Amino acid sequence: MSASPLSAPVLFSVGPVAVATPVVITWGIMVLLAGGSWLLTRRLKQLPGTTQTVLEFVVETVEEQVRDTMRTAPAPYVPLIGTLLLFILTSNWSWMIPGIEPPTAYLETDAALALIVFCAIVYHGIRVQGLRGWLATFAEPTIIMVPLNVLESFTRTFSMLVRLFGNVMSGVFIVGIILALAGLLVPLPLMALDLLTGAVQAYIFSVLAMVFIGGAIGEERPPEVEGAQ
Amino acid sequence: MDLIQVASVLGAAIAVGLGAIGPGLGEGHAVAAAMDAIARQPESAGLLARTLFVGLAMIETMAIYCLVIALLLLFANPFVH
Repeated sequence: MSASPLSAPVLFSVGPVAVATPVVITWGIMVLLAGGSWLLTRRLKQLPGTTQTVLEFVVETVEEQVRDTMRTAPAPYVPLIGTLLLFILTSNWSWMIPGIEPPTAYLETDAALALIVFCAIVYHGIRVQGLRGWLATFAEPTIIMVPLNVLESFTRTFSMLVRLFGNVMSGVFIVGIILALAGLLVPLPLMALDLLTGAVQAYIFSVLAMVFIGGAIGEERPPEVEGAQ
Repeated sequence: MDLIQVASVLGAAIAVGLGAIGPGLGEGHAVAAAMDAIARQPESAGLLARTLFVGLAMIETMAIYCLVIALLLLFANPFVH
C-alpha cells in the first residue's frame, strides 16, 4: 500500500499521461479473464468435458441468481452481472500474487465500476419501459418524491463505490499495519478474512446491481422468453 | 504538531470508534432475526441469506462512511498544509 490509500501510485508515464499501477493490474486481469474465456470456450462440445461442465455450472449459477433476484428472463443481464462478479472477485483476490495490490482498493477502479452500473440502470430502464415510463418511475409513489428519488439514484451509486472501496482498501491497509507492527505470519488470519470479505463484496456488488436494474425495469416485466422454472 | 493536526487525529479515532457501534448493533439484530427466520422456515434459507447479505451490506456502509471520513481527516485533510 502506498502512503495514502486515497491516491494511486504512478508506475510509468507515457508522455504527459501518468499510468498508475492499478490501471496496469486492471488491464492484466482483463486480459486474463477475456483470454481465459476465449481459450476455454473455443471448442465447445455437445457432450461437455470437465472444464466445460465447470464453466456451464458458473454461467447457470449466475443465470439462476439473476432469475431469482430480478424475476425476469436473465438473458439480457447475465453478461454484465457475470462480468462484474468475476472481475471484482479476481481483483479482490489478486493480492494472493505477491507484489500485486487489488485494483479495487483504489477509488478510481470502484468509481468506474459504479459508473458502469449507473449507466446500465439508465439503459435498461429506458430499454424496457421507454423514456416516458422510465421517467415516470421517479414520480412514484407521489410526485413530491421526485427530488428524493433523483437524489437516491446518485447516492446509491456513490454508496456502491464507497462500500467496495472501503471494504477492500481497509483489508489491505490493516494487513499492512499489522505486518509493520508484528511481522511475518501474524496477519495470516486477517488475510484469510480478506478472502471471505473479497468474495462477499463481489457477490454483494453484483446483487445490488441486479436489485437496482430490477427496480429500474419496473413491475411490468416483459413476458418470459424462456420457460419459467 | 499543531492543534489542527491533533484534532484531526482525534476526530479520525472518534469517527471510527463511535461510528462502529451503531452498525455493529444493527448487524447483530439483523443476523439474529435472520437466524430466527431460518430456524422457523429452513426451506427458505437461500432467499433469507441473500436478503440478509444485501441488508448487511447496506448497514455496513454506515461504518464504511465513518472509515472514509477518518481517512480523509488523516490523508487528505483540507486544513493541513
